[in-house]
Amino acid sequence: MYDYARAAVEAALAAGAAYADARVVIRRHERIAAQNGELESVTHAEDAGVGVRALVGSSWGFAATGELTDVAAKKAGAEATATAKASALVPGSAIELADVPIAQDVYETPHAENPFDVPLAEKVELVVGVTRTMHGVEGIGVATAHLGFWDTDKWFVSSQGHRIHQHLVEAGGGMDATAVGEQETQRRSYPQSFGHYETGGFEVIRRFDLPGNALRVAEEAVQLLDADVCPSGEMDLVLESSQLALQIHESVGHAIELDRILGWEAAFAGTSFLDLQQLGSLRYGSELMNITADATIPGALSTFGYDDEGTPAKAVDIVREGTWVGVLSGRDTAHLAGLEPGGMVRADGFNRLPMVRMTNVGLKPGEGTLDQIIADTKHGVYMATNRSWSIDDRRLNFQFGCEIGWEIVDGKLGRMVKNPTYTGITPRFWASLDRLAGPDEWVPWGVPNCGKGQPMQVGHTGHPASPGRFRNVRVGVKG
Amino acid sequence: MTSHEPQQITEHVVRDLDDLQALADRVVELVQASPRAQAANVEANVLVGRTRHALTRFANSFIHQHVGEDTVSVGLTVAVDGRTATAGTTDTREEALRTLIEATLESAALQPVDPHWPGATPPADVAASGNFDPDTADARPEQRAERVKAFVDVAADLRAAGYLDTEATWAAFASTAGQRAVGRATRATVDGIHQTDTSAGSAHQTSHRLADLDAAAAGTVAADRARRSAEFVDLDPGVYEVVLGPEAVSTMLTFLGVYGFNAKMHLEGASFAKLGEAQFDPAITILEDPADPRAIALPFDNEGSPRRSFPLVEAGVVRNLAHDRRTAKRAGAETTGSAVPGGSEFGAVPTTIKLVPGTTAPDDLVADVERGLLVTQFHYCRVLDPKTLVVTGLTRNGTFLVENGKLAGAVGNLRFTQSFVQALGAGQVVAIGDDDRYADGEFGAGVVIAPSLRLRAWNFTGGAKG
Repeated sequence: MYDYARAAVEAALAAGAAYADARVVIRRHERIAAQNGELESVTHAEDAGVGVRALVGSSWGFAATGELTDVAAKKAGAEATATAKASALVPGSAIELADVPIAQDVYETPHAENPFDVPLAEKVELVVGVTRTMHGVEGIGVATAHLGFWDTDKWFVSSQGHRIHQHLVEAGGGMDATAVGEQETQRRSYPQSFGHYETGGFEVIRRFDLPGNALRVAEEAVQLLDADVCPSGEMDLVLESSQLALQIHESVGHAIELDRILGWEAAFAGTSFLDLQQLGSLRYGSELMNITADATIPGALSTFGYDDEGTPAKAVDIVREGTWVGVLSGRDTAHLAGLEPGGMVRADGFNRLPMVRMTNVGLKPGEGTLDQIIADTKHGVYMATNRSWSIDDRRLNFQFGCEIGWEIVDGKLGRMVKNPTYTGITPRFWASLDRLAGPDEWVPWGVPNCGKGQPMQVGHTGHPASPGRFRNVRVGVKG
Repeated sequence: MTSHEPQQITEHVVRDLDDLQALADRVVELVQASPRAQAANVEANVLVGRTRHALTRFANSFIHQHVGEDTVSVGLTVAVDGRTATAGTTDTREEALRTLIEATLESAALQPVDPHWPGATPPADVAASGNFDPDTADARPEQRAERVKAFVDVAADLRAAGYLDTEATWAAFASTAGQRAVGRATRATVDGIHQTDTSAGSAHQTSHRLADLDAAAAGTVAADRARRSAEFVDLDPGVYEVVLGPEAVSTMLTFLGVYGFNAKMHLEGASFAKLGEAQFDPAITILEDPADPRAIALPFDNEGSPRRSFPLVEAGVVRNLAHDRRTAKRAGAETTGSAVPGGSEFGAVPTTIKLVPGTTAPDDLVADVERGLLVTQFHYCRVLDPKTLVVTGLTRNGTFLVENGKLAGAVGNLRFTQSFVQALGAGQVVAIGDDDRYADGEFGAGVVIAPSLRLRAWNFTGGAKG
């Protein structure tokens, strides 16, 4: 496989590229889904090909082909350079690359049980069984469950001498139950909405204990139909860790992408409220806010050996005791900003241009427990499991909806409430963080559906978090 | 290390529709020749597609990313005595396809019977090929770059960002039940913004012909919106009358299609749609219309069924849902040719939606608005509840206060929380523009044709400052 990547790189250089790299990627994906006690789909997908990136002046050119032949690889290499050259019609300052170690290495995701080796019947019975259990609860209209697995081989070659083979294994899934009322639906999910994913094998799925949670999930969905609507007003907000993970994703993870800060994503995803001039001084949140982007956390979804530019995985401080100190970057953006490259550039398959993507962007744990946080709260709402998310094009104004909430009164969980929502402004919200649970409740949540770029790329990101409390948040936005 | 390395892949032969049809037919033959097919009732749907897509992306007024791909994929759905499995691959070597077929048949045979399997797609005439422009399919990088330059150059004092892309799709379908179809389509889009230090304005054009795009005109519109927004005030949240531009209307139609007219959502009780009921203002007629002369669509869907034109809403009354063959079987209906990839889980959705335009010129839509807002575009919309279709999102790229029929100035972006169904309900639609065109409702180009729309009330729940 290295030969195809090398052929593509050599062709790109021969056509005039200042730098080129290529990835041969073979990716297998399996998805199994069930609904209401019946199998809904079993899907196997495999894509294979070579993608080559060529740098000429101020533009990357990229070409991809699904033909794994020497001829096709060379053609793609030449096309990548020709495409980059055409960009000179609308030029900018020349792109340069920050230095990184030139690695020749192999890396494999530690895993105990390759998910593709687990009998299909076992996987099918798991998702069919839990949906049967959930659907058996009176009031549940739709119960779904799914499992998803990726097995990816990547061979990376650069014109600077990189030669890296990685074998990555990812596993995850989840289930949800929807109670259908006359005028509304209510849903509960487990482990989190859209499923939870990690790097690793089928042992990840076994740890979820989907069967042990099916009945509770369904019963809570039904109870929500009759629950009171979440109260409105400013009050203390306690977030369960998977919701806090998504809060990190939207209001920190995307905001700290250096390509976004530099305006490279302005038209589609937007820019960032962050200004590089404030790096090292901007107050992002309270002193409890310590965020790292760490691609080395065992088992987290964005853990790998090297990114798609051949930069070794590393941990980078992003927010230290509330102060903004770091960004997500690649070799080009880091050079432009005069920073160290972060090893955070990845692509969605062989046919997409690598771009800055979140690694495991998460909160370091605090101390104590969720129970202690609730006991310490006079009046507020505890919200769990994301239902909706929306944030503006500078990553400032957000509104989240959760599946379920409970009122907190005098240190105790009170009545269940439905349609809980909260809204805020990013730095103001994070400044109100005053409690964060400890390492025992810290979970490396994985999000498998992060959209970015044009053409759209789906990224897999990790967001470790433990439950936390935010003071005086606007809760219960009315539609 | 456990990994998989395929053998050397031999030269592909897939170049045009004949090649694609031959490949689809060959996959069907291989399925039928499988040993498993001798012992069981084996059915198959095969969809072979080739996509040539190139996208020129610009930011800070220069091209920074310029990408292209040309890939062939094979999608296979099989049923073994009613037990189903689906597979896809980009590896079209015959030995790879044989391996895929055997693995997929084996996978299917292990499953429980699929109660909603409607059988392999039967023969049905596919009337016409899609809109296809060879010059767009063969567009060179320089042609895209020239148009980007035109977009950028109209406002040298502003910062431009966006993309211009060209896409050609060729597809062929074959089934064991005898359906065969081919189709092809092209699309070209320019979508971008111009930015001042405090604002942005956007513009969008999509056609099946690259030659139709006037990137300079698009750039001019975007720059004008950006300049007019440079000085803005923050408005208090509240309920305002609104004039929505085609992009904002496109977002609404996309959500109505995905969450409401999706027959699977309806079967599961999660859709707002009530067939035969007047849920919308009488001025509203929404069509799924792949036959529109402007339509960018293959003439058949993901299951090989001909795509039909039909009303979703007629003068305010919900008339039809979008069906694939699975939901049609469950509902006792006919497929509307609305199958999409992943549809067994997600359902069927209309993908050539259009809101029938009115007769009011866009400028006249604001002419007698006493106090309201002109919204160019929505951003990051998400559903709070599918059944009521309450959605939250923000405005973007040009939001203006209208007072006494005139634009009174720009306002900062606002957050809304609003039921899209209620917003279009009886008595809520004041006027519909005559400016219908392809518009991107933040979920991709070439899906919705929408005009501007004046609505009586829209619930804004916050501003950029909270």
